[in-house]
Amino acid sequence: MSQAPQYNFAYLDEQTKRMVRRAILKAVALPGYQVPFASREMPLPYGWGTGGIQVTASILTPEDTLKVIDQGSDDTTNAVSIRRFFERTARVATTTRTSQASVIQTRHRIPEHPLTKDQILVFQVPMPEPLRFMEPRETETRAMHALEEYGVMHVKLYEDIARHGAIATSYNYPALVGGRYVMSPSPIPKFDNPKLHMSPALQLFGAGREKRIYALPPHTRVKSLDFEDHPFSVQHWDQACALCGARDTFLDEIVLDDAGRRMFVCSDSDYCGERRDNNAKAKNGPREAA
Amino acid sequence: MNFEPLLRVKDLTKFYGERPAVDRASLELWPGEVLGVVGESGSGKTTLLNMLAGRISPSQGRVLYRDEENWLDVHACPEAVRRRLARTQWGMVWQNPADGLRMNVSAGANIGERLMALGQRHYGSIRQAALSWLAKVEIPAERLDDPPLRFSGGMRQRLQIARNLVTGPRLVFMDEPTGGLDVSVQAKLLDLIRSLVTGLKLSVVMVTHDLAVARLLAQRLLVMKAGQVVESGLTDRVLDDPQHPYTQLLASSILQA
Amino acid sequence: MYVAVKGGEKAIDNAHSLLAGQRRGDPEVPEIGVAQIQEQLRLGVDRVMAEGSLYDPELAALAVKQAWGDLVEAAFLLRAFRTTLPRLAVSLPVDTGSMRLWRRVSAAFKDLPGGQILGPTFDYTHRLLDFSLLDENQAPAETKAPAHDPPRDQAPAQTPGRVAAILEGQGLMGAEQGQEAAPDDLTRFPLSFPASRSQRLQNLARADEGFLLAMGYSTQRGFGNAHPFAGEIRMGRVSVSIVPEELGFAVDIGEVELTECEMINQFKGSKTEPPCFTRGYGLVFGRGERKAMSMALVDRALRARELGEDISAPAQDEEFVLYHSDNVEAQGFVQHLKLPHYVDFQSELVLVRSLRATAGQPEEEDS
Repeated sequence: MSQAPQYNFAYLDEQTKRMVRRAILKAVALPGYQVPFASREMPLPYGWGTGGIQVTASILTPEDTLKVIDQGSDDTTNAVSIRRFFERTARVATTTRTSQASVIQTRHRIPEHPLTKDQILVFQVPMPEPLRFMEPRETETRAMHALEEYGVMHVKLYEDIARHGAIATSYNYPALVGGRYVMSPSPIPKFDNPKLHMSPALQLFGAGREKRIYALPPHTRVKSLDFEDHPFSVQHWDQACALCGARDTFLDEIVLDDAGRRMFVCSDSDYCGERRDNNAKAKNGPREAA
Repeated sequence: MNFEPLLRVKDLTKFYGERPAVDRASLELWPGEVLGVVGESGSGKTTLLNMLAGRISPSQGRVLYRDEENWLDVHACPEAVRRRLARTQWGMVWQNPADGLRMNVSAGANIGERLMALGQRHYGSIRQAALSWLAKVEIPAERLDDPPLRFSGGMRQRLQIARNLVTGPRLVFMDEPTGGLDVSVQAKLLDLIRSLVTGLKLSVVMVTHDLAVARLLAQRLLVMKAGQVVESGLTDRVLDDPQHPYTQLLASSILQA
Repeated sequence: MYVAVKGGEKAIDNAHSLLAGQRRGDPEVPEIGVAQIQEQLRLGVDRVMAEGSLYDPELAALAVKQAWGDLVEAAFLLRAFRTTLPRLAVSLPVDTGSMRLWRRVSAAFKDLPGGQILGPTFDYTHRLLDFSLLDENQAPAETKAPAHDPPRDQAPAQTPGRVAAILEGQGLMGAEQGQEAAPDDLTRFPLSFPASRSQRLQNLARADEGFLLAMGYSTQRGFGNAHPFAGEIRMGRVSVSIVPEELGFAVDIGEVELTECEMINQFKGSKTEPPCFTRGYGLVFGRGERKAMSMALVDRALRARELGEDISAPAQDEEFVLYHSDNVEAQGFVQHLKLPHYVDFQSELVLVRSLRATAGQPEEEDS
């Protein structure tokens, strides 16, 4: 009977990490360009974050502090599962506080708390190709990127306006990077797109199943596609967060009863918690640190 | 500059195995002229057209296109250049309009696509341009937001033409543009094509098996048989006074129609 | 007062223990052993090796047990394990021509050198449920065939030649192109199009059997029909050899069981070529005849481009077939829909509500 194998730091062997890092370097050198890489099977299924995991595993050092979120929360099941994976295979410190993390792996949200130059944000990407739903063929989409043939993206936006009066993309909203490549920012709500632009942090995007890595180096120009007379705009709510009172965050809708009563709560659990702490301090005067 | 041809083709040949589908075809196309390529099916005319448009590479020979001051070897230049030409200076009108349109996208988006590809970013202006082109090709304005899936064959063809002309190309390739349409629709379409070509001073290479269409639209003709150009010249001369036996055969068949 | 939901960790832990409990099942029922699975659920184990892309019957049987019988989940386990293994050597190509045969049949010829060997096959069984199998205390049935191995004294010289060689000898079928450079490895470099033949065959060898079966079936029903004949199907054992650097000569390191299928298809000839037969090729770990046959049909369909044929059917569409054949990828992405998507959904809700408002349809009043 075979012995239980010993795993390398962060699961991937050094050779694989080197391969992934080379792909990351290429990606950083060509902001927004999708670099093919030989994605490995991981103990979590394809489609559940293996790209993000491979990127994180390749850049983690023992000194890092890792935060993992899904839908903005540290406590959703897949975030828990991925955090545990790294706790077990890398034994790095983990945190739920955005400000204390050096590496943040995320699915479908960018943290509300502004990032710094000492942080890396790793996005989990299901479908890296923004042109895919208009053009199913990989051979054709590669040529379109190479030749900057992006007319078809604006065709889609034009159709939305013609049909609905407004652009009808609310998440995974395509953006032009550094004036050259159009990229899919992963299914973050368009609300988060402005955070991509000129961020001091390094932003890395990993798609395991589709085997692509791309990147936004710090301080990269990112412009969400739009028309001059129908400019890009973000979502807003009439309500504030029921827990912390925030009016400028992305809110989750919670259905309270069968009558359809709803309340709205910050999607970013850490940010909301921080605000609630600040609210409590402000209310009760200065207190000793907990 | 005005006295230079737009297209210069020498000994263009395409082999499929042993057989030449096109055998040493040579021609010149001048600005503002319509060149008809006629012959029966299997004559090689569509293969010739596709080589001129850069879509099939020749086995031998060259296609030279005059891009402003420079001659461009269509098959030797990088694909990026060919694709740019195809979007800006050239048009391609297919016999089946579904091949040249996005069927599931509105007429307005179909026409506006090239403009958007060239960087136009004002929705209102793009929509306006599309409307004005709908008028030029005589499609009612209220169809602007309808997809061509819901159009008749004739209307689809007119939309295809508009989609190609919106960037003001210099050269349009047409493959049986009125094929598959019934006679009265054809007549209207031919009228439209003729007025657009004259009005916009387009150069056109048009493949057709229909000599009546050729007579109406083309100033000059190439007659093809089994891959070879057997006769060429001014349309009226070729059809009224054919020299080659095959042309004589073709021409006599119109009289019976 | 609403309290933010916490407890994801605990929920996961509870789910895992529930699963472990249910997987063990009724404690009165004896626990199934890995060896039992390996012997008596052999064809399931073979499928897991093929799609897990790793030849290790014991590990595959373990994966089947751990996955509670779900073969796709088991293939995933094996594939994930494969990632952790160091790559020690690359073997020489196995010689299926000298396979020690359990089974060898050809539909193309009534009889041929070496004969038609039926071997252990379900083919001619009558599909009637055998209720006697419910009784576990049966005496083993008498059998003349050896329990585990094909005859060891079958000398290579007696191993029948390939059917394909007969046709090649008569000039009726082109020989396979030898591979000059090292074959491409999809686990080292991702697929690119147009795919090389080695990329394609590697992709198909580990492809989901159901998907290939459906694609192969479609070619028989007119979606890219190439009139196939089962030229030869072989099933048995081949030795695997490597050439260690220090020794400089080949050393046998063991045997694997393989199923191989060569389909013969007619090719009507193009403008350049007179008609001749063309082949499709299938090779799988273990006893996977259905998969090997399907693979050969799909391989042939995907040769349409290089053979200058009209590409019109799904099975001929390289991107469509090769991108969707891997069930580890497919099951991951399909099942990822179970993951929370409420942020994206919230975005859509906001959008739809605002579009409806502008379209003049009044929203339901909130209470």
